[in-house]
Formats: sequence, C-alpha cells, structure tokens
Amino acid sequence: MIEISHVDKWYGTAFQALKDCTTSVAKGEVVVVCGPSGSGKSTLIKCVNALEPFQKGTITVDGISVGDPRTNLPKLRSRVGMVFQHFELFPHLRIIDNLCLAQEKVLGRSHAEAMAKGSKLLDRVGLKDHAQKYPAQLSGGQQQRVAIARALAMDPIAMLFDEPTSALDPEMISEVLDVMIDLARDGMTMMVVTHEMGFARKVANRVIFMDQGEIVEDAQKEEFFNKPRSERAQKFLSKILSH
Amino acid sequence: MNYHWNWHIFFEPSPNGTGTYLDMLLSGLMVTIVTSLAAWVIALATGAIVGVMRTLPSKPANLFGFCYVEFFRNMPLLVQLFLWFFVLPELLPHAWGLWLKQLPNAPFYTAAIGTGLFMSARVAEQTRAGINSLPRGQRMAATALGLRTAQVYRYVLLPIAVRIVLPPLTSEFLSTIKNTSVALTIGLIELTAAARAMQEFSFQVFEAFTAATVLYLLINIVVVIVMHFVERSVAIPGYISGK
Repeated sequence: MIEISHVDKWYGTAFQALKDCTTSVAKGEVVVVCGPSGSGKSTLIKCVNALEPFQKGTITVDGISVGDPRTNLPKLRSRVGMVFQHFELFPHLRIIDNLCLAQEKVLGRSHAEAMAKGSKLLDRVGLKDHAQKYPAQLSGGQQQRVAIARALAMDPIAMLFDEPTSALDPEMISEVLDVMIDLARDGMTMMVVTHEMGFARKVANRVIFMDQGEIVEDAQKEEFFNKPRSERAQKFLSKILSH
Repeated sequence: MNYHWNWHIFFEPSPNGTGTYLDMLLSGLMVTIVTSLAAWVIALATGAIVGVMRTLPSKPANLFGFCYVEFFRNMPLLVQLFLWFFVLPELLPHAWGLWLKQLPNAPFYTAAIGTGLFMSARVAEQTRAGINSLPRGQRMAATALGLRTAQVYRYVLLPIAVRIVLPPLTSEFLSTIKNTSVALTIGLIELTAAARAMQEFSFQVFEAFTAATVLYLLINIVVVIVMHFVERSVAIPGYISGK
C-alpha cells in the first residue's frame, strides 16, 4: 500500500532530515514509528502525502508515485487520511461542517450526503451530540476524535497519525487511543508516529525505530519489544519503558 | 483675542450660489464619504490579493507582493496623488494624457484610486500578518484533506485570518476617510476643502473647522459602531474574541 524506498530529505543544504529511508506498509497493516524527538519520524510520514517534499528516492501510495510532478497530489491526499498532533480542526466551522467541507469541495458529495456520512462518523467516535458546537468548545481529546472522524469521512485507503496523543492531557489519551484501536481492528492501513508503546503492543504489526533521520530498526512487534537488535533502540526502549 | 463668533454663519448663503454654507459643508461631506468608500473598496480588493500573494509558496508571487507593498507605502500620499494627477498624464502617449486631463471629475477618480492604492499596501500587510499568524498546521490539515491551494485560502485560511485582522482593518478604514482630505491639493472639494472655502469666503475660521471636525468625528464614530457589530456577528464561539 505504502512503499518508501531510499528516501533522502534535506532542509536547506546543511541539515539532512531523512537518510536513505526504506520501508513499507502493507494493506491492513498497522505500523508504529517511534524514536527520539528530531529523529525524522514526523517528517517521514509527512513525505507520504507530500506535505513535505523530499529530494531523493521514491514513495508510492497504492501504486501512485508521490514525488512524480505529474501526480495529481490533491487527489492522492484526499485518499490518505491524516491526523495531526494539534488536531488542526478549522476553528470557524461547526464540528459537522469540519467533517463536510472536504467531502463537498474535494469529493463533490452533496451536502445531504456529506451530512449523513459526517453524522455517522461522529456517532462512531461518540460525539454525535457535539455536531453543532465549534472546535474551541470541545476538550482536546474530543477535538482529536473529531479530527479522526474528519479524515475518515473521505473514505481513506490509509491513515497517517502524527503524534496524535502528544498534545493531550493524560486523562484524554485513552479516549483517542480507543478510537484508533477500533480502527486498527477494522482493518485500516495505519502508519502511526507515537510514543504510546501500550498502543504499539496492542495493535501494531510492525514497529519502526528512527534516530537521526535513519530507520535503525524495522521489525515485527514481538521482536522489537523482546530483543531489539540495535543498541540505540534498546536504550530508547529502556528509557521510555522504565517508568 | 478679538474674534467675532457667529454660529449663524452656517445658515447664510454662500457666495458660490448653491445654497447656504451648511449646504456647502454637507456636499463636501458627501464627496468625502463617496471618495472614502470607493478608495476603501479598491484598498480591500487589491490589498487582499497582494496580501495573499505574499503568503503563497511561489517566489515570483512573493516578490511581486513585496515590490507592490514597498512602492505604495514608502511614498507620502501627497506625492502619490501628485504623481497620478500631474505626472502620469505627461508620461502617457499624448492622446491618452489629453483624455486623462479632460476627464470630468478627474480629481475624484485620482483621489479614489490614489488613496485606494496607498491604503491597499497597508491592507495587504494586515492580510499577510493575519494569514501568517495562523498555525502552520491549519494549511497542512486543509492541504492533507485534498483541498487545492485556492480552496485552502477560500475556505480555511482567509475566513479565520479576516476575523483576526478586523480590528486593525477598522483603523485602516478610518485612516482612509481621513486621508481623502489630502485630495484637496488636487482640487477635490471634499469636507476639508469645503471648510477651507467657507473660511476664505466668510472669515469664520473657527466655525468652519469646528463643523468639519464634528462631521469627521461623526462619520468615524458611525464606522466604529458598524465595525463593532460586524466583529460581534462573525465572532467564533470560544475562539479569539468569541464568547
């Protein structure tokens, strides 16, 4: 579904953010990307839907090359859902309109169709009663669930999550993770940048560990948690699992 | 001070034969209002476009916006009006220049367009500041949903940015109204010119300029009140100035 092959990315000429990254996500697979801050994990998933350009290598999504200048990027992006660390709901639109905007303007659905789809998804994330509110009137956890519903409204073939729980108060993390676990069990293809190792243990198929722009470890979940091969991954795990 | 106050002067006939001095001031007021509105429409329309250009991911668009803003905001308004009114017709091919000079109401058109362009540089800067004040993630989230650049601006960035810059835009509108007084130097009989004419005909300088002051104050208060209601009606619940 997502093929990343020998990708290099520089910011300017001095700083190389990604170094020869190669990995893939199969259909229905859940891949967790972790690593210390500044390791390039957010940059990597932003390259997948071309929110960040990359200079070398190829990325294909469902067979379509992301880096090819002839690719219709808006169309490609509309098929890949993305959830951000800071939710990024549109503050001037009601919750239901946040879900309808792209359905109508990008997919060309009628307002009634978009509303029906939006209501169904709000119900799925447990926020049906908040449809008429504005984003600032919801808690962080609720906003992030809306953001997930907004991405799902486009019927994506894969979902990207960029640290979806990092900006949340601890008591709100589980309500967001529950929605994501639910999604994973439904067979959604997911690439998730997160430090939530509990989530990784529960639903991930594979774990990718990144450091300084490199993919250091790319292993099946059990292998990664039980006996990581690289010293850097061992160190990272011992730090985040020790408390 | 040996000054002979005469507040009845307003109801005495003015020597230009069109009615009383009050009529003269009121017709000046009308010219001020019409010129300001025309200039403001030009300032808003071109300012918004140039402001957006300065935030686009396109180098030529940025450069054009930069040059436009620096050209129009770094020259005194008086010099700009003189340029358009006295210099431009001489620079054009002879026939065009002649047509411009013989244009009926030339001072009005020059004042409206000249003041409009001068103020548009300021509106452009407000627009740019508003757009740049939004979190980077807003543009990313809209882009990730598959919206095209024009749609990202139309449905997401501009509606929020405009709300943010409404208060400074109100100030710019007030400046536009006051700046039209400079047009008396190119022969536009607006409120300040009318007050000056009244003073020259009647020697009642204090009465004339007291009246002009009160009239300026009144139209500006009307603008402030109207903008207050506009701000309230577009406020987003829970966000910025919203309740």
